[in-house]
Amino acid sequence: MESMASAAIFYGVAALVLGSALYVVVGKNLVHSAFALVAAFFGVAVFYVYLGADFLAGAQVLIYVGGILTLLLFGVMLTNRIYNLNLRSGAIQVVPGALSAGLVFALLVWIIQSVEWGAMDSGDPGPTSEAIGRLLMGDYLLPFEIASVLLLIALMGAAMLVRRRGKSGS
Amino acid sequence: MIPLEHYLYISAALFSLGVFGVLTRRNAVNVLMSIELIFNSANINLVAFSRFVEGALGGQVFALLVIVIAACEAAVALAIVMSLYRVMKNVNLDEAAELKG
Repeated sequence: MESMASAAIFYGVAALVLGSALYVVVGKNLVHSAFALVAAFFGVAVFYVYLGADFLAGAQVLIYVGGILTLLLFGVMLTNRIYNLNLRSGAIQVVPGALSAGLVFALLVWIIQSVEWGAMDSGDPGPTSEAIGRLLMGDYLLPFEIASVLLLIALMGAAMLVRRRGKSGS
Repeated sequence: MIPLEHYLYISAALFSLGVFGVLTRRNAVNVLMSIELIFNSANINLVAFSRFVEGALGGQVFALLVIVIAACEAAVALAIVMSLYRVMKNVNLDEAAELKG
């Protein structure tokens, strides 16, 4: 009974994620698209909870919903004239795009079906933050450090790119 | 429990929607949103495999690094979009063809 309820919630969330993702890519209004993206990101966080990845679910909500989405909304607002209240986004080459995306989807489904996964649910791993922390400070130390340097470079690069030219030399 | 294949199907559908968005949207910020969808679909795959393969917590570390890189990408790409807007006064990708011969 409980597992049926949890499965029902899972497929409901899956429908929500795919529906809002569809709205993001076909919707006409940019701000509505950004808010549909919020729903999609929250749904993916729910998937992480189902997969027992508690730390990742928190990181997803904090970084994607709190950070990246705010950035994207800034992008939407700053790249449109303020009196232009209907922030529209048109579509180009719809038929070739739909064909390519459909082909990619068919290929992926074919691969998923043709492989004998034989994967077993290894059970709820319990809280994972400690294990992830140990991995980041141990086996994955180099990627972790590279990621922090990359964040610094991205910060400086973004600040340099949007700086107004001609005020301080250059 | 939910079988592994269902996660893979959802992720494949999300990936295809993202590809469709990247190929068809005119607005650069909307293309960025579609790219974020693609990142998320890859992340679902990584986390699902790390759950269904015994003792493979590395998948979650990879997913975490993907989130970091997505944040970097969003910041730099939006800076580029701002610069594009300053030059072009709009961010329609099909009109940004100044370098075309």
